[in-house]
Amino acid sequence: MTEPTTEFPPPKILTLSSTHKPILITQGAEGRLYKTPSPFQPNQFCALKYRPPKPYRHPILDARLTKARISSEAKVLDRCYREGVPVPAVLAKDAAAGWMMIEWIEGEPVRVGINTWLGERPEDDAALDTTQEDETPLIDLMKRMGVAVGALHRTGVVHGDLTTSNMMLRPWADDRLPNGHGDKTEKAKAVAGDVVVIDFGLAMQSQSDEDRAVDLYVLERAFASTHPRAERLFHHILDSYRESFKKAPGVLHKLEDVRMRGRKRSMLG
Amino acid sequence: MSKRPATETSDPALTSKRPKPPSGVTMSLERIRLEHIPESYRVYGALFRDVSNASFLQAQLISRNPEFEYAFVDASTVLSRAHLLAAVWNAVYTSVEGNLRTPNVHSEVVASLNINNNIADGYRRWGITPDKTKDLVVVKILSSPDTLGDAQQEKDVWTRLTAQVKGRPVQLTDQEIAQVTDWQKVRKYYKMNGAPVLDQTKDEAEKRKKMESLAIMGMALRGL
Ligand SMILES: Nc1ncnc2c1ncn2[C@@H]1O[C@H](COP(=O)(O)OP(=O)(O)O)[C@@H](O)[C@H]1O
Ligand SMILES: [Mg+2]
Repeated sequence: MTEPTTEFPPPKILTLSSTHKPILITQGAEGRLYKTPSPFQPNQFCALKYRPPKPYRHPILDARLTKARISSEAKVLDRCYREGVPVPAVLAKDAAAGWMMIEWIEGEPVRVGINTWLGERPEDDAALDTTQEDETPLIDLMKRMGVAVGALHRTGVVHGDLTTSNMMLRPWADDRLPNGHGDKTEKAKAVAGDVVVIDFGLAMQSQSDEDRAVDLYVLERAFASTHPRAERLFHHILDSYRESFKKAPGVLHKLEDVRMRGRKRSMLG
Repeated sequence: MSKRPATETSDPALTSKRPKPPSGVTMSLERIRLEHIPESYRVYGALFRDVSNASFLQAQLISRNPEFEYAFVDASTVLSRAHLLAAVWNAVYTSVEGNLRTPNVHSEVVASLNINNNIADGYRRWGITPDKTKDLVVVKILSSPDTLGDAQQEKDVWTRLTAQVKGRPVQLTDQEIAQVTDWQKVRKYYKMNGAPVLDQTKDEAEKRKKMESLAIMGMALRGL
């Protein structure tokens, strides 16, 4: 028993039956994410998000916080789904036990798709990157990201942790995939698919331009550090965001203030 | 165990004319497999059309007749198999955890279909109602396998059930369920009217999938 699962015992819910072994996908600061069969949809998987007890916190306080956070995340997902924002549906939850099961989204995080597109070349290629290469597939993905974030903000939800890891790229059906063979098609496939927003652990309800602008700023910074070679294309996200709901231009105006403050802060400290 | 060939049940015209098979010969009872519950559990489900003794059946529930330990669900309030099974799963899980809110695992199935914590309201909307329930979903949950084996247990459940429920058994499939779903009622019970996600969806099959997800989510979030 040298497997990491012994280090992190799975929640009780994953020990009740054992037709498939749960797969630990990520182990974050706040919780873990497992891939496991759906409880009641045959031959389908679900994502189980689990927040284990924190030993350093008072048990009563810890239980209350965990319950509130799972409930809050489930509630935001419900609201977004109803409103037509592409998010996974909730299947079941036991907030007191610290878990919820949500629809499994096929595909890879957007981060992986973009990195596949960019390839393995070193970062200092950035200047040489503006070759004649047709970047339309990547730009189209950025536009879909802007639309997804716009849809989210339009419903009155700010995400709190927008990154390319917290967006999934759900593959299209074959007939919508770019056809052909070779490297070019493979690259285009890596950035094809619907953008699905995940991880609402830090989300909250807000209609304020300021909160929305901070959401975009977090994405901008995360994008620049994760994909420095695509940074010059980031504006495509904002361009399509601008068109996605009525209040967007005001938010983008606010974003300039937020950037300014961000810069000042980094100069000071 | 003999199963009817798929072609016979997939044709609605044929299905509605078929006479009730003699009990114990052809089984429309199905062993339902769920994940993340103890392996000792056995869950069976069936769908009866044109049930004529709903009043009698409800009276047995009210008098807690031990011969009638089933979840009786008015099939018009069920929109798909996954929708029903979400409630069944929740009831079994709640029972395993020792957190039942109702007298037993079977009543818990009915209460689990509700999106609020009002148990009487859940029975009234999703449960069996005299003079109203025409088509009936029956779920039987057993916490342990029979010593005589699964095949025998399944047969026993079916023999007893067909003697108790006066109706025409059909397979518990999405197609059969969709024939009896009252969509207006379902939309109302799960507060789907005006949900933008449904207005945005043109394709009918896709729309039903989204309605299913909305219902399951409402149940999962009950009371929030
Ligand atoms: N519904 C889902 N379907 C498929 N993969 C998922 C799903 N939810 C999360 N993941 C994967 O698990 C990772 C962690 O999940 P996330 O909700 O972001 O938790 P955390 O708060 O730990 O970041 C994601 O980056 C993604 O790769
Ligand atoms: Mg995350």
